[in-house]
Amino acid sequence: MLKINQLHKSYPIGDSSLHVLKGIDLEVEAGEMVAIMGSSGSGKSTLLNIIGMLDEADSGDYILDGVPIKNLNEKKAAIYRNKFLGFIFQSFNLINYKNALENVALPLYYQGLKRKERQEKGKFHLKKVGLLDWAHHLPSELSGGQKQRVAIARALAADPKLLLADEPTGALDTTTSYEIMEFLQQLNDEGKTILIVTHEEDIAEMCKRVVRLRDGVIMEDKKVEQVRASEYV
Amino acid sequence: MFDIDLWREIFQSINKNRLRTILSGLTVVFAIMLFTILFGLVNGLQNTFTEAFADDANNAIFINSGRTTKAYKGLQAGRQIQFENKEIDYIKDENGNKVEFITARIYKNVVASFRNEKSNYSVRAVHPDHQYLERTIMDEGRYINQRDLNQKTKVIVIGRLVEEDLFRKTKALGKYLNLSGIQYKIVGIFSDEGNDDEERLIYMPVTTAQQVYGNNEFVDQINLTYNPDMNFDQAIAFSNSIEKKLKERFSVAKLDQRAIRVRNMAEASKNVNQMMVVLGILVLVIGLGTLIAGIVGISNIMIFIVKERTKEIGIRKALGASPKSIVSIILLESVLITAIAGYIGLLIGTGILNLAGPSLEEYFIKDPSVKTSLVVSATILLVLAGALAGYVPAKKASKIKPIIALRNE
Repeated sequence: MLKINQLHKSYPIGDSSLHVLKGIDLEVEAGEMVAIMGSSGSGKSTLLNIIGMLDEADSGDYILDGVPIKNLNEKKAAIYRNKFLGFIFQSFNLINYKNALENVALPLYYQGLKRKERQEKGKFHLKKVGLLDWAHHLPSELSGGQKQRVAIARALAADPKLLLADEPTGALDTTTSYEIMEFLQQLNDEGKTILIVTHEEDIAEMCKRVVRLRDGVIMEDKKVEQVRASEYV
Repeated sequence: MFDIDLWREIFQSINKNRLRTILSGLTVVFAIMLFTILFGLVNGLQNTFTEAFADDANNAIFINSGRTTKAYKGLQAGRQIQFENKEIDYIKDENGNKVEFITARIYKNVVASFRNEKSNYSVRAVHPDHQYLERTIMDEGRYINQRDLNQKTKVIVIGRLVEEDLFRKTKALGKYLNLSGIQYKIVGIFSDEGNDDEERLIYMPVTTAQQVYGNNEFVDQINLTYNPDMNFDQAIAFSNSIEKKLKERFSVAKLDQRAIRVRNMAEASKNVNQMMVVLGILVLVIGLGTLIAGIVGISNIMIFIVKERTKEIGIRKALGASPKSIVSIILLESVLITAIAGYIGLLIGTGILNLAGPSLEEYFIKDPSVKTSLVVSATILLVLAGALAGYVPAKKASKIKPIIALRNE
């Protein structure tokens, strides 16, 4: 599903440059649920951004679902992002003047689907996250957990191969966090490949595999016994 | 291709961000409104000038005679110079097609009476060409014609106000009017764009007047218009040559200012034209100034809007928006707002001009108005400028890396 080989990335800081990723090798199979852990500055978010095609690596190979991701122009990157990836952010990143349904349907708009189809699919995914009744509410009228669920529905709408979650529970309280994790686990059970960047141990333990980063290199990469979030809810 | 979904997105964005929309629209409304008003006022000023000279043909030359003030060629000063019909023929023969229209004028004052109504009027005895020189507008009937001249018929053409004064409710056309004891048939009624006095005149054939009032060929004044193809300098040279030739013909000293006087409207026209040019430049400066102010305003707003929407753009890009769709959504929104705001500005501007117009006449501003086409092109210019100003930041926004836009604050 995902193959990364000797990935390097550095950011210029003034005259010098900060070497953030120092040769990352990572392979993720379809159906995995991987937690990428590390303290701040370890390079975990940079890695996720490169995987998400939001940023480009300086060197190294990145193959996603058999497609080498390299030297993409903006247009192609947009198409790949739309086709392959679903994003879930810490701060939800819903468009504040669009209601829940419109937010969920937005990736479908960029897929070029007809309005009616977008509405149907959007409603289907909202129903999946249990928010069909909130379809016409603006993000400001939703709670944090609800917003994140709308964001998950939006990430699912385009039926991506890979879900990328950047601290999905970072802005939520524990109970709501576990609800969201429970939901992500369900999605994984249904076969979705999910990558979660987090610095919370309990969240990482709810994944099937934990990759620990420190100073731009992988320190540890192990499979773990998945803790079911439902036990805590 | 008309993309209804794109427009739906734009209308939603406009509708949900009303404050932003109104603020950016207001700039354009003000720019176009000021543009319209200022342009309208200057146009009004120009109208006043044009009208002041619209009364008579502005390529006219008037020739008058008087007494000599200098002795010349053995002739004493104080001699009366008297033009006659033959001077008109002389000017025509000498100058050929440089002369467009030419007419004599003989002035008489008469008491006109019809039934019980009676009043004093000025009579001008003229040639048929006089109609074009004076820009006389025939309301009814006809003007003096060549046949009248040949047969010295006793016909007159009266001004609109003469009819009003003397005839009250009856029709004057075809009636006979008594002018100091002689009956003349009214063959035409005219109006004139000049002042009311012009419409209290009575015209009669020059030959008739010459026969009735002295049985001679005397002429008080000769009026002509020069060929309009001539420019101002040529026209002034032309009138100077007429003056010179007439002075030789009547043995008048070259420097004699009274005996033969030639007044050329070209000189006044030249001044008016220069004034118009100055006004034109003024209009241009004002117009450009307002437009530039508007363009700067729009540019600022566009930059602001793009900045404000950076995060939204980042989200859209993460969801798979192509750079093209980002640029078009921002540009089309600004173009739409500018166009609508421009139209509102035009409406307000013309509205104010219409309301204030009548009370501005005492400030020499008449009929202040602007051509719609001009304002529309100004709006289009603003739209284009807005689009151009918006394009650079929009293009930049479309290149923003989503991570930068989405960075958690």
